Amino acid sequence: MPRAHGAKRSPIRVLIAKPGLDGHDRGAKVVARALRDAGMEVIYAGLRQTPEEIVRAALEEDVDLIGLSILSGAHMALFPRILSLLKEQGGEPIPVFAGGIIPDEDARKLKKAGIRAIFGPGTSLEEIVSTAQSLARRSA
Amino acid sequence: MTGAVARLPAAARAIVEGDRRVLARTITAVENGDPSADRVVRSLYGRSGRAPVVGITGPLGVGKSSLVNAIVGRLRSLDQTVGVVGVDPSSPFTGGSVLGDRIRLERRADDAGVFFRSMASRGAAGGVAAATREVARLLDAAGFDVILVETVGSGQVDVAIRDIASTSIVVVVPHLGDEVQTLKAGLFEIADIFCVNKVDLPGAELAKKDLAELVTLGGRPSGWAPPIVGTSTVDPTVGIEELWNDVVAHEKFLDDSGERTRGERHRLSSEIVGLARDRIGRELMARLERDPALRRLLDGVVARQIDPRTAADRLVRHGRRSS
Repeated sequence: MPRAHGAKRSPIRVLIAKPGLDGHDRGAKVVARALRDAGMEVIYAGLRQTPEEIVRAALEEDVDLIGLSILSGAHMALFPRILSLLKEQGGEPIPVFAGGIIPDEDARKLKKAGIRAIFGPGTSLEEIVSTAQSLARRSA
Repeated sequence: MTGAVARLPAAARAIVEGDRRVLARTITAVENGDPSADRVVRSLYGRSGRAPVVGITGPLGVGKSSLVNAIVGRLRSLDQTVGVVGVDPSSPFTGGSVLGDRIRLERRADDAGVFFRSMASRGAAGGVAAATREVARLLDAAGFDVILVETVGSGQVDVAIRDIASTSIVVVVPHLGDEVQTLKAGLFEIADIFCVNKVDLPGAELAKKDLAELVTLGGRPSGWAPPIVGTSTVDPTVGIEELWNDVVAHEKFLDDSGERTRGERHRLSSEIVGLARDRIGRELMARLERDPALRRLLDGVVARQIDPRTAADRLVRHGRRSS
């Protein structure tokens, strides 16, 4: 079945989740709110999600986009796992973006591995929203 | 594969055979009014109507999502599969929404017996989205044993869940208001079961007593007297077994009393008329914009020479002539 951002411009659906064990979810909430205000339907999955749970939620909710927030430093373990589960189970690729404390060198590797955009501290919400919009539209 | 399944469109067949990805995509298409879903929805209708559809409604913050999670746990322990639709509001300003019902769902990453879908209300009033009924039917056709529908946090007039659910649970918490609130029309009228959640809080006994008094004043017109169950979010095992037994008892009452068929006839007739009304409305609107004679009629109303009721009479007569 073709993805449906047809004539009526259906809202973009985006999953916002925090993989791993850190409990700092303010960033994820601020981004969720900004995407909401940009007219998206944000499925907020919340804290302490395993890669399996995130991928399951993304597929059941049929999202156009996945946003991951991480501050624990475990991104090099968790993000590639999420990408490979998505590839295994997803069929069509769902674009993934991320935000949090991610050193530049790791960010380069993660982008090579398939994370489409990575936002560090101080990124403006406008930039996050417009990137999210273009990622979702391009995959539609 | 049985013959009946083989004759279904490919996507419908995949849904019946348990393909969750196709189910998820079809739900999106139904929500978006995408014509690609039309054949699938039509072809699967005959496979719905098997699972009880249980509505969970009540004001915001009473613990509906937590209760849904507890019910899902109970059903899984009974080895029943569950499809859940959780509805949250869309912004009237931007159309965006934050769908947070999933957050209470216990981690079941590897449990194929649960399917959870969040849904934005997309401007619909009444507590559910326009597509919720058809999505519940898709889950039913996909073979889930029980369908749960969690509404938007409801106000007193948000009773649309009764058009979808076979059993409606109205959830309240202590101190929502005095017994006069329970007398008011609307939400409290649609309860097949009352659930007093957060029963560990002070005031819970009074809330139950007020509801019990309401029920003694007269149950539902069907003769069903809604039971009142106390549940707790602190200890999610409290009352859940009783709550589910009450749902089962109500479903049995619907069958034994003939109320299920009566209710279905009523619900489906309003669904058919609603669908037809939408279509006729769209057609009339298109004519009003296209047909020169009807545009003059509109000009007359704008100029205050013809009143809207008279114009509507003419539009209806015009519609009958040309159909």
